[in-house]
Amino acid sequence: MGSAVTVDFGDAPDEHEFRLRLRAWLDDHNPGLPASSTDDEYWSGQAAWHQSLFDGGFFGVTWPTAIGGQGLASVYDVIVDEELAAAGAPARPSLGYLVEGILEHADDEVQARFLPGIVNGRDRWCQGFSEPDAGSDLASLRTRADRDGDEYVVTGHKVWTSYSDDAEWCLVLARTDHEAARHKGISAFALPMRQPGVEQRPLPMINGITKEFGEVLFDGARVPAANMIGRPGEGWPLAMTIVSHEREPHELGFAGRYAKQVKDLVAEVRGDPGRFGAEQVRDLAWAIVETEMLRLHVCRRLSDRLDGIVHGPEGSVDKLLMTWTEQAVGHAALSIGGARATGSDDTLMKVYLYSRAQSVMGGTSQIQRNLVASRILHLPAP
Amino acid sequence: MDVRLSSEQLALRDSVAQVVDRLGPHAVRDLDDAERAARLDAAVAASGWRELRVPVEGRVPLASGVEAAVVAEELGRGMADTPFLGPTLAADLRRSAGAPPAGAAETVALSRSLLAAAVVDGSVPSGTVAVDARGATGALVLVPADGGHALAAVALGPLGVGTDLTRPGAAVDPASVAIPVEGPGVRPLTDDDLDAWTALGLALDCADLVGTMRGAVELAVGYASDRRQFGRPIGSFQAVQHLLADAHVVMEGSRSAARHAAWAVDALSPGEALAAAAVAKAYCARAARTVCETTIQVHGGTGNTWECLAHVFLRRALLSTDVLGGEGANLDRVLAHHGIGGDRGLR
Repeated sequence: MGSAVTVDFGDAPDEHEFRLRLRAWLDDHNPGLPASSTDDEYWSGQAAWHQSLFDGGFFGVTWPTAIGGQGLASVYDVIVDEELAAAGAPARPSLGYLVEGILEHADDEVQARFLPGIVNGRDRWCQGFSEPDAGSDLASLRTRADRDGDEYVVTGHKVWTSYSDDAEWCLVLARTDHEAARHKGISAFALPMRQPGVEQRPLPMINGITKEFGEVLFDGARVPAANMIGRPGEGWPLAMTIVSHEREPHELGFAGRYAKQVKDLVAEVRGDPGRFGAEQVRDLAWAIVETEMLRLHVCRRLSDRLDGIVHGPEGSVDKLLMTWTEQAVGHAALSIGGARATGSDDTLMKVYLYSRAQSVMGGTSQIQRNLVASRILHLPAP
Repeated sequence: MDVRLSSEQLALRDSVAQVVDRLGPHAVRDLDDAERAARLDAAVAASGWRELRVPVEGRVPLASGVEAAVVAEELGRGMADTPFLGPTLAADLRRSAGAPPAGAAETVALSRSLLAAAVVDGSVPSGTVAVDARGATGALVLVPADGGHALAAVALGPLGVGTDLTRPGAAVDPASVAIPVEGPGVRPLTDDDLDAWTALGLALDCADLVGTMRGAVELAVGYASDRRQFGRPIGSFQAVQHLLADAHVVMEGSRSAARHAAWAVDALSPGEALAAAAVAKAYCARAARTVCETTIQVHGGTGNTWECLAHVFLRRALLSTDVLGGEGANLDRVLAHHGIGGDRGLR
């Protein structure tokens, strides 16, 4: 029984060669940054890490060569995540969803102008979707872009805008047609952040980090009409493409971040087991189990894509699994280090607090459950 | 890496599904239909699925853990009331020990709350149960021997032990005599052999649990779509939708971990295979109980009646969970693999 093509979680020869090359590269290039969730220092070093990983030939490897990728199969991203975690290196920078959205919706000229800089890490981007009154109900957004000659003038307020302090560009959703139905009147732009009409304010998160989260106010900011991503009114489909990619763990490289955190927790407990009780060790065991499950789930999803299965509502399944994994790791961190921490190192408490964002960012868990119920289980509409 | 099932494996899955859909129970009262059960049993016996772990050459089994798991998953989905886990585990123990095939239907005897194969050191441990014992005339046990454990067989008490209505066990009398399994080339089982065998058993449990979850979710979604209250199908209420969505999601996560465990049985070292199986079993066991409890909850009062199939799924999941250990034992195995705590003899 069996045939040439059968279940194989192991490396093919080319995959193994790539893994060894990356492992050797990491011996010399691991920047030793803290986990992204815990420290502003990570965010300060992220651009350099992104560029270094790209220059080494290990970032964006699954994207087309025309934009700086290597056209490799998605499994190579899994190998990158596994090796980064094993080496204790920071996870892959998470912006695959942005690339996929622009690849799918922008014309060739716009792609050529923006994508190489995103992929190689030289241009920093943020994503202006959510607004104070448009969260889960994104289509109710009110930021407007009004045509003025060859430009649009943008006015509005974006919030929960990750990386906005560092960004040179914002992929912003704005209403361009005020008569059209609410899903139809939205367009997307690549808007330059460094201009007088843009004000960025950091939003400190509950774990104290200040550099990831922010809000952005547009007051007469200008963007060339040629920077529109997709056609007028194509903003909503583009947003849906992006959020569906954003929901998939391998796009984000988060599986590697969790594995790194679990590795650190295992080392801490193994180093002094007498300090930890049964309940703490059990929380750690669940974090190990969830993290490994997520790695294997990503393997399965990527393999299914080889059949040409496209992105669909399964992204909501992946997002929920990813969320529960991050929060299991967070609970283990809390249990092992968290609230009782003395002295200056409150890293584990920060890991825990940061994990609470995962069930909100990229679409809340409640919204993901709605999507699973309606689009996968085909339950009747509410 | 490519973890898709092969076309042969997909065909195997489809043929198991066909048999189960045709001859498996579709209502609780079907479990009492002896004629139907006999036809299912005959079809499974004729299929050769119980011989997947019989050696074809030396100690190489006819099929890998993946094929065995494919069969187990479909049998679990259809609540198949015919043996598979027991005879498959018995065949694998014999293969591993280089023992000749059993002369008659056989299963394995587990002890310590079904945590591990029963070790008969003088007498049979109390509470020893031959699992999935329908039709079996004997069960394999282990006997301490130089270099590990030797295989022996014990006779079975009457059928009917345990909660699973589809896979009854049989008690093993503590006074039973363990008769050594002998033959040319028979050798003691090493700890590595038992790790690999435990990995197979856990992988089959996980596959059965995934199948059980699939069946339970399907049952609950169907009911929620039909049952009306407040003038609407209850499945249109978010409170019900979110329960079912969570059930579907943990089933999908379980499926990914279970597939890896099935692959690991023959592809990785015994220690690595056991670790992979332990990860999957802890995850699947927790998920399956939640999913089956959700199915009961969504069925409301009906779900708490004997006539509703929901408890048949739950009971099957609870036996799969106990066989070779549930959450706690497998979290201990996972930790031991990471150098935390001992393995506490959880082979």
